[in-house]
Amino acid sequence: MPEQLLYAMEVTLNGLMAGVMYSLVALGFVLIFKASGVFNYAQGVLALFAALTLVGLKNGQIPFAHVINAIFGTDLHTFGWKLPALLAILLAAGVMVLLAVIIEKLVLKHLVSQAPIILFMATIGLAYFLEGLGDVMWGADIKKLDVGLPQGISETIETLTDRWFGYGFFIDNLDIVATLVAVVLVASLTIFSQYSKQGRALRAVADDHQAALSVGISLRFIWVLVWSIAGFVALVAGIMWGTKSGVQFSLSLIALKALPVLMLGGFTSIPGAIVGGLIIGVGEKLFEFSIGPMVGGATENWFAYVLALLFLVFRPQGLFGEKIIERV
Amino acid sequence: MKTKFVSLVVAGMCAAAPAMADLVIPNLSYRTGAYAPGGIPYADGFNDYFALLNARDGGIGGEKISVPECETAYNTEKGVECYEATKGLGSLVYNPLSTGITYQLIPKALADKIPLYTPGYGRTSAANGKVFEWVFNYPANYWDGASVAIKYLLDQNGGDLAGKKIALIYHNSAYGKEPIRTLQDLAAKHGFTLSELPVDAPGQEQKSQWLQIRRDKPDYVLMWGWGVMNQVAVQEAANIKFPMENFIGVWWSGSENDVVPAGAGADGYKSLAMHGTGMDYPVYADLKQYVYDAGNASGNGDQIGSVLYSRGVYAAMVIAEAARKAQELAGTSAINAVQMRDGLEALEITEERMAELGLPNFGQPFAASCVDHGGPGAAMLQQWDATAQKWNLITGFIAPDQEVLDPLIIADSEAFAAEAGITQRCN
Repeated sequence: MPEQLLYAMEVTLNGLMAGVMYSLVALGFVLIFKASGVFNYAQGVLALFAALTLVGLKNGQIPFAHVINAIFGTDLHTFGWKLPALLAILLAAGVMVLLAVIIEKLVLKHLVSQAPIILFMATIGLAYFLEGLGDVMWGADIKKLDVGLPQGISETIETLTDRWFGYGFFIDNLDIVATLVAVVLVASLTIFSQYSKQGRALRAVADDHQAALSVGISLRFIWVLVWSIAGFVALVAGIMWGTKSGVQFSLSLIALKALPVLMLGGFTSIPGAIVGGLIIGVGEKLFEFSIGPMVGGATENWFAYVLALLFLVFRPQGLFGEKIIERV
Repeated sequence: MKTKFVSLVVAGMCAAAPAMADLVIPNLSYRTGAYAPGGIPYADGFNDYFALLNARDGGIGGEKISVPECETAYNTEKGVECYEATKGLGSLVYNPLSTGITYQLIPKALADKIPLYTPGYGRTSAANGKVFEWVFNYPANYWDGASVAIKYLLDQNGGDLAGKKIALIYHNSAYGKEPIRTLQDLAAKHGFTLSELPVDAPGQEQKSQWLQIRRDKPDYVLMWGWGVMNQVAVQEAANIKFPMENFIGVWWSGSENDVVPAGAGADGYKSLAMHGTGMDYPVYADLKQYVYDAGNASGNGDQIGSVLYSRGVYAAMVIAEAARKAQELAGTSAINAVQMRDGLEALEITEERMAELGLPNFGQPFAASCVDHGGPGAAMLQQWDATAQKWNLITGFIAPDQEVLDPLIIADSEAFAAEAGITQRCN
C-alpha cells in the first residue's frame, strides 16, 4: 500500500479520536440547549471547574486556603489525605450537582420567561464568575491529573497495523478510553431521555415548556436536572482533557473546539454532537495533512469553522438539528 | 455627604498611589487566564526582590521602590491599558512579559520616553541600540536562543549537522515565529533540513504536528511554546516515544509547569536557560529573613525557587542595578525615566557584582552600551529529572553565533528605523 495512503488512514483514525474528544465538550452544550433553549457559554468553564474540583478533592487540597491564610495568618494547604480516584470523581460529581442547584436558585429561577439572549448573557456572567471562583478556591497553578487513565501509544494497534500494512499506526490509549466513555455516555443519555420519567419530562420541557408546566412538570427541577447532567458531562470532558495537558485555566478554551461541532451536528441532537465531532475531527486532520503543508500549516482551528459553515449552507439547522419553521 | 464621599475617594487614591519620591517600577503581570501558571511565579519573583531591597536596604539609594501591579491576562489590549494607567505615576521602566504587548509598547515608549526592559522576549532586533534607544533586551534574545540550541547540537554531533533533520514546533504567533529566520540561515550554513510546525494558540490539540514528527522522524525537535502548548507538546512527544533528550525548548518552554503534568514521560527533556534556578543562592537567606518570614511574600509564596520565579528575580535584579547606575550618573537618587534609560544603557553586571548581590554564577556578566542593548546572548542547557523532580544544568553558558545573528539584527532594526523614520544614533 502506498505510504501516503497509510499515513492518511492513520490521520483519519486520529481525527476520529480527536472528534470524540470534541464531542465530549459539545454534549454539555447540547443537553442544556435542548432542555432550555439556552446556549450555555459557561460550558467550557464548567469543565475547568469540575476538573479543578476533582484534583483538589483527590489531593486533599483545602479550598480557599490562601484566602484563609491571608485573613487568619495560618499556613493551611492540605487536609493531609489523598482520596482514591473513584471516590474523588463521585464527590466532584456531587459538587457539580450542588452547583446546578445553586445556579438554578440564584440565577435561572429569576430569569424564567425571559428572552433567550438574557439567559445567554447570564451564562456569560456565570462563566467569568466560575473562573474566578475556581482560581480563588483551588489556585491558578497547573495540576497534574492522574485518575489512572492510560496514556501513550497503543502497542496492540501499532503491532497489528504493522503486521497488516508494514506501518504501525499511532493511536493514543487515552483517546481509546475517551471513545469508550463517549459511547457509554451517549447510550446512557439516550436511554435516560427515552425511557425514564425524568427524561420524558425533560423532552416535554424542551418541546414546549408552557405546555409542560400545565401538566405539572416542574421547570425548576428540570433545570437542576439538566444542569447537573451537563455538569457531569463537563466533569468527564475535564478529566479527559485535563489528563492530557494538566488541569489549568486554558481548559475552559476547549469550548472553542466544540462550537463547530455544534454548528455542524445541530444544537439539539446528542447523536449530532457525536457525528459532528467525528466529521470535524477527521475533516480538520485530513485538511492539515493534505493541504496544511502548502499553506504554512496551523489550519485546524479555522478549517473546522469553514467545514461547519459549508454544512450550514445546505442544512442551516445542522445535520441532526430540528428544522425551525416560524410562520408569519 | 457628597464632600465626604469625594474626600474618601481622594484619600483612597492617595493611599493606593505611590508616594511621589518612590522609584516606580510597575509590574505588568498576569495572574488570571490561560497563561497564569507562567505569569504568577514571574510576578512573585519580581515583587519579592524589590520587597527585599525595601526591607533590607531601605530601597535603592535611599529611595523606596514602589511596584504597582497591573493585570494584563497576557492580553495585548489590557497590557496597553496597564501601561497607560500607570505611566502617569512616574514609571521608570516597563517589563511587560509578553512579546505582543512589547510590540505595541515600543512606539509608545519612544514617544513617552520611558524605557522597556524585555529580557529573553520581545522584539529581538531591539538589541540594536542605534535604532531602539528606549528598548533593552539583554542578556539574551530569541535569535540568540535559536543559535545556542544549534551550537549545542553541533557540539553533540562533532561539529557537523549536515544531513540532519531538525523540526521546529512553535506557537503560531509573533513570539513563536521569531526564531524561524535565524534557524533558516543556520540551516543553510550548517546543512541541516529545517521543518516548521506551527501550533495555533492555545495549543491543546497538537495531534497533527506530532503525527508528522512521527512520520518524518527528525533527529531533533526544537520548541518555541508558551502556556498549555508546552505541556501538551511534552506529553505528545512522550506518547510517540520521541527521544526526550533530543527535544529542546526555548527558556519559555523550560519551567516546572511544562514537565510535571507529563510525569515520568518528561524525563530527559531539555531546555535553554539564561540564568540559574533553585534556592541554592545566598540571596534566598535574605529573602527568607526579610520577606518570606515577615509575611510579605508575593502571591501564595508557593513559587519560590522555581524557574520562572528565578526569572522574575533576575529581571528585578537587573532593573535595580540599572536604577542604581542611573542614580550614580544623574547625581540624584530621585531619578526619572530618561535617567533610568541612561542607567540601563550604562549598566555593567560583573560576576563579582552578582556574587555581592547573593547570586553568584546566576547569570552571565554583560556590559550594555549605546550600540549594544542585547548583551552577549549566551544560554545554558538544562535537563529535567522526573525522578528528582528538578532541572539540572548540563552545560555552561554557550555563546551564540554572532556571525549569523548580527546581519539579521541590523537588517531588521534598519527596516524598523526606515519605517518609523528613526535616525540612527551612537555614531
